[in-house]
Amino acid sequence: MPEEYVSKVVDSIEFGFLSPQDIKKIATVKIVTPELYDKEGYPVDGGLMDIRLGVIDPGLRCKTCGGKLKECLGHFGYIEMARPVIHLKGINIILAFLRSVCRECSEILLDNEAKEKFIAKLDVLEKEKGINAKRKEINALVNKLKNIRKCPHCKSKQFKINLEKPTTIVENDTRVFPIEIKDRLEKINDDNVTTLGLNPEKCRPEWMVLTLLPIPPVTIRPSITLETGERSEDDLTHKLGDIVRINQRLFENINAGAPEIIVEDLWDLLQYHITTFFDNSTAAVPPARHRSGEPLKTITERIKSKEGRFRHNLTGKRVNYSARTLVSPDPMIGMNEVGVPLEVAMELSVPERVTEWNMERLKEFIQRGHLIYPGSNYVVRPDGKKKKITEESKEQLIEELQPGFLVERHLMDGDISIFNRQPSLHRMSIMCHKVRILPGRSFRLNPSVCTPYNADFDGDEMNLHIPQSEEAIAEAEILMEVQTQIITPKNGMNIVASIQDAITGNYLLTRNKEMKREDAVGLLLSIGVENVDSLPKTKMVTGKDAFSVLLPEDFDFISYSQDCEKCSKGGKDKCPDDLCVFIKNGELLSGVIDGDYIGEGSGHILRTLYAQYGPSKAIGILGNISKIGIRYLLNTGFSTGLMDADLTEDVKGQIKNIIDDAEKKVKILIEDYDNGKLEAFPSKTLKETLELKILEVLNKTRNKAGDVVVANSKEDNPSIIMANSGARGNSMNLAQIAALVGQQALRGERVNKGYRQRTLSIFKRGDLSPSPHGFIRNGYKQGLQPAEFFFHAMTGRDSLMDTALRTPKSGYLYRRLANALQDLKIEYDATVRSSDGSIVQFKYGDDGIDISRSESGTINVKRIVRNLCDK
Amino acid sequence: MSDLINEYKDVLPEPILNEVKSEIEKRKLTKDKMKEVLEKIKEEYETALVDPGEAIGIITAESFGEPSTQMTLNVKHFAGVAEMNVTLGLPRLIEIFDATKNPSTPAMEVYLKKEYAKDAKVVRKIAYKLKETKLKDVASEFLIDIAKLSVRVVIDKTKLKDLGMSETELVAVLSAGLRNIQVRSTKEGITLKGKEMALNETYTLKEKAKNTFISGVKKVTHVLPVKRGGEFVILTAGSNMKDVFEIKEVDSSRVMSNDIHEIANVLGIEAARQAIINEASKVINNQGLDVDNRHIMLISDAMTSQGAIRGITRTGLTGEKESVFARASFETPIKHLINAAMTGEKDRLNSVIENVILNQPVPLGTGLPDLIVAVNGALSKKKNERIN
Repeated sequence: MPEEYVSKVVDSIEFGFLSPQDIKKIATVKIVTPELYDKEGYPVDGGLMDIRLGVIDPGLRCKTCGGKLKECLGHFGYIEMARPVIHLKGINIILAFLRSVCRECSEILLDNEAKEKFIAKLDVLEKEKGINAKRKEINALVNKLKNIRKCPHCKSKQFKINLEKPTTIVENDTRVFPIEIKDRLEKINDDNVTTLGLNPEKCRPEWMVLTLLPIPPVTIRPSITLETGERSEDDLTHKLGDIVRINQRLFENINAGAPEIIVEDLWDLLQYHITTFFDNSTAAVPPARHRSGEPLKTITERIKSKEGRFRHNLTGKRVNYSARTLVSPDPMIGMNEVGVPLEVAMELSVPERVTEWNMERLKEFIQRGHLIYPGSNYVVRPDGKKKKITEESKEQLIEELQPGFLVERHLMDGDISIFNRQPSLHRMSIMCHKVRILPGRSFRLNPSVCTPYNADFDGDEMNLHIPQSEEAIAEAEILMEVQTQIITPKNGMNIVASIQDAITGNYLLTRNKEMKREDAVGLLLSIGVENVDSLPKTKMVTGKDAFSVLLPEDFDFISYSQDCEKCSKGGKDKCPDDLCVFIKNGELLSGVIDGDYIGEGSGHILRTLYAQYGPSKAIGILGNISKIGIRYLLNTGFSTGLMDADLTEDVKGQIKNIIDDAEKKVKILIEDYDNGKLEAFPSKTLKETLELKILEVLNKTRNKAGDVVVANSKEDNPSIIMANSGARGNSMNLAQIAALVGQQALRGERVNKGYRQRTLSIFKRGDLSPSPHGFIRNGYKQGLQPAEFFFHAMTGRDSLMDTALRTPKSGYLYRRLANALQDLKIEYDATVRSSDGSIVQFKYGDDGIDISRSESGTINVKRIVRNLCDK
Repeated sequence: MSDLINEYKDVLPEPILNEVKSEIEKRKLTKDKMKEVLEKIKEEYETALVDPGEAIGIITAESFGEPSTQMTLNVKHFAGVAEMNVTLGLPRLIEIFDATKNPSTPAMEVYLKKEYAKDAKVVRKIAYKLKETKLKDVASEFLIDIAKLSVRVVIDKTKLKDLGMSETELVAVLSAGLRNIQVRSTKEGITLKGKEMALNETYTLKEKAKNTFISGVKKVTHVLPVKRGGEFVILTAGSNMKDVFEIKEVDSSRVMSNDIHEIANVLGIEAARQAIINEASKVINNQGLDVDNRHIMLISDAMTSQGAIRGITRTGLTGEKESVFARASFETPIKHLINAAMTGEKDRLNSVIENVILNQPVPLGTGLPDLIVAVNGALSKKKNERIN
């Protein structure tokens, strides 16, 4: 067997500041000149691109480690500051120490007793409440000490120390220069440094005054060569060039004995450059800019925010072996399958380890090469060398092939893949599917898994990943496959279910009285069910019989309708009105299958199947149910159109009466209001009461009209069928098309905005009647009046705004929740703990039940008892 | 029967056991059948238990994050006619999880003791007593007497009567509320006079007097008695549990507030935990969403487990994480890095995000199990040497 490489694990990471000694120690070069390249374009020695700092050009070798590009990670250099300069990010430390320490004897401005007490208090705080509490306490102390004007130890006078943002420190109206600051801070002993919250080994206050500046390796600030052959340097290099240049000038001026004013000016300039080198978005400092006027991106900007190092690069990883393209539906593939275009399949690959037993097979893959499917793209040797398979290299690679090699062969049917659609809001947004190679250029997806991904086919794209190790493949297959994700952990309901046409089809199929046996057999065969023995051997069979063929033979299921208890007809295993669903021994005896039984979030039959037969079988049955629905619809034909909304003159008259009636009622209310007969609701004004009452009347109107429309529609009206089966839409939608759109509500009120006392200039002032306030008495089919259309557009815009504003808000809430809770896990002792081991719950949810394994969050006692006792 | 059920007391959680009990009673099962039922339920319960290592926190976050995209942003909600306006929807959910110190619509449900809760008139009177009343609410006019440099307040007697207050009481309250001011009751009303006051000071006195607290519970700005299941409940806008408890007609065991911090201060952290659960479920149910109670409980427990309420913010729960990387990768990375460097903090890489950053397996789920190997032979010697 090949040698396995042992990979090491990072155990912990310590943080600290670099001391001047450290800076010198890690540095390989002292930078002395701002020049970058000489005339030949070769990096200057002692310049910012010195090749001892690492290499960014292919072909060159690093002078420090001898590594080539990508082998050498880069090395630090340093510059010596002509005069010390303050580190912007350490200014708070400097300030705190200067304020709380005596300027003469360098002792903390506390008498010994108080100091000891304080130290003891800190210890307790840190132990009990953590490091943050300790920090707060120290800040409080510093705030207290800054007002002490006499040192309790040496009795010397203390002065007020102020910070002039960003980096100038003023004591008693005279400026304290970094040299003096450094002197003062150096004198503070380690014990006092510890007391004020620093760890002197990792961070001493005087280190915040820079005497040496580390120069980052060139590898973190690579230059790019433009098409013209010109080099364009990184922002950091630009900034460092400024620093080195000014630093050199300061040196020269000091050595030449220039007047102090000039030296100080240069010193301040150096301070400015160092400040913007660390942070180019400090409030009080004008940002350093490119010649184009765009601010430079320096160290802080590189780390911060969504596009910064942390959130963009460190927590967001990019991967190979992935593909992205449009998705389109294919109800005839399995729910746990994904249709992959051939082009994608030939690009993505699965690594297969060569053994004695599969060697010949894999050799064939290599022989076919990367252009003939199913071939292979690469061969990986045990030492990690990757070789591309080409026409030329084929023969040699086949010869070399030995057990232990990896062959990256093309994707084939049945391979494991991970499928994802953004935004990945829950774990069902990334599921494992089995690959199925199909012609075409889009990923194919069973419509039943649209709900978990929240996908539709109006141009959605999705991502496909191929796991690259046995471990990853096994994990994906066992934990992430679609059938394991049928029940959502949100509330224990099923999320994978039949949708739309599949529901309509089953509704019609199980409602349908009779069909020829041949037709039923044909239907079943067309969805791939070949065993039709259980279909009654009569000339005519029912749709229910065809549906029953899909169910397991020992499946029992009873679901009573809402009115069943009142029903007097009884019927122990058959509902005479076809309302209650009775399934006995895998036979649908009565009831119509609709969205309540096979739909999302309520699919009772599905969940019973899942509980009884397990994920794999359940998903197979669900797939068949969906398929038979769609196929039945295809055979019988089903369409919807404007005809659905046709109303007879009689119904139109009824609706007109309803609307007139409502307007009359509103008129009466307004009259009552005008005459003072209206009584106000408690804690509401009279006007508010009137508005509420009118709104109530008008809202009822639409519902009434909807009822009339539904009551007068034919039973075979496709819109009604869809609404009744729970496939899509509701009777209200139809009512809005056929009868009236109804009252438009803007923020829970009628429309009241617009001109003074009226919404539009075509209305009378102060008119409280329905139509000037957003009541639309026409349906979409008749068409809307101009004013009505405008009101409708108002509410439309309002809801659009709402969505646009809500998405980032809820996204941020989600990010915060995920960040706060991501470490909580179930421990082996069944407690819920955080990463530091502190207990959050003794038993998850008080009973330890996994919601995705429960039935709507509990154990269904009733079902168990019934199953055991009713047999 | 109870013996048999007691046997399962440690195995099955109480609510399930209770359900079994009622089911068994209803069906009058034999002992053997009972045993069979209980065993079956035990089996199903055990298969439904969570696995160790399950990343339950992230599941909870997902369970909230996904439905919150469907919530409406409506700030105010008119839940029927006879209700107080309260913030609902996403803004309220954010408020709860942020543990905001000043919620936008604090409210209380004040239940009364049985003897007071039946009669609408009595309840209305109590409600008036609860409402924070200022002098301007009972005054009909404020006048400045330039000659005497005093303020005269004309009192609306009926309003005062509604409050159940006499004028002498009012004078007493006012003298307590306005320091260094002489308060006298005259025929024309109440005169307020300060010592040696200039005219402009008299004017400020007038303004100050308007907002002087005279009766009721501070912060309670509106009251609304509502009938609920045969008794009257007073809904209030503004929350002040502590002072409401002092009122003798109030049944303090049933007073509810929606201000979580106030509940924590008055009733303690356990009550606050329950309050977070209640408030969050209220929002979820109101929006017609369905999120399992366990998720709400977990968030609530995480927020309160340290004895004080910590919000889901960069200063709260996330800001107090052990790991430097976990804090830095959330928000304000520079601040966290510098603080960590100051004290020389060590990140032990115990949680998720640090390991993601370092490309290492995360200690959750399948990344959790470790092998512990007893080392012997040459290796163990080597190890001992290193330790010594």
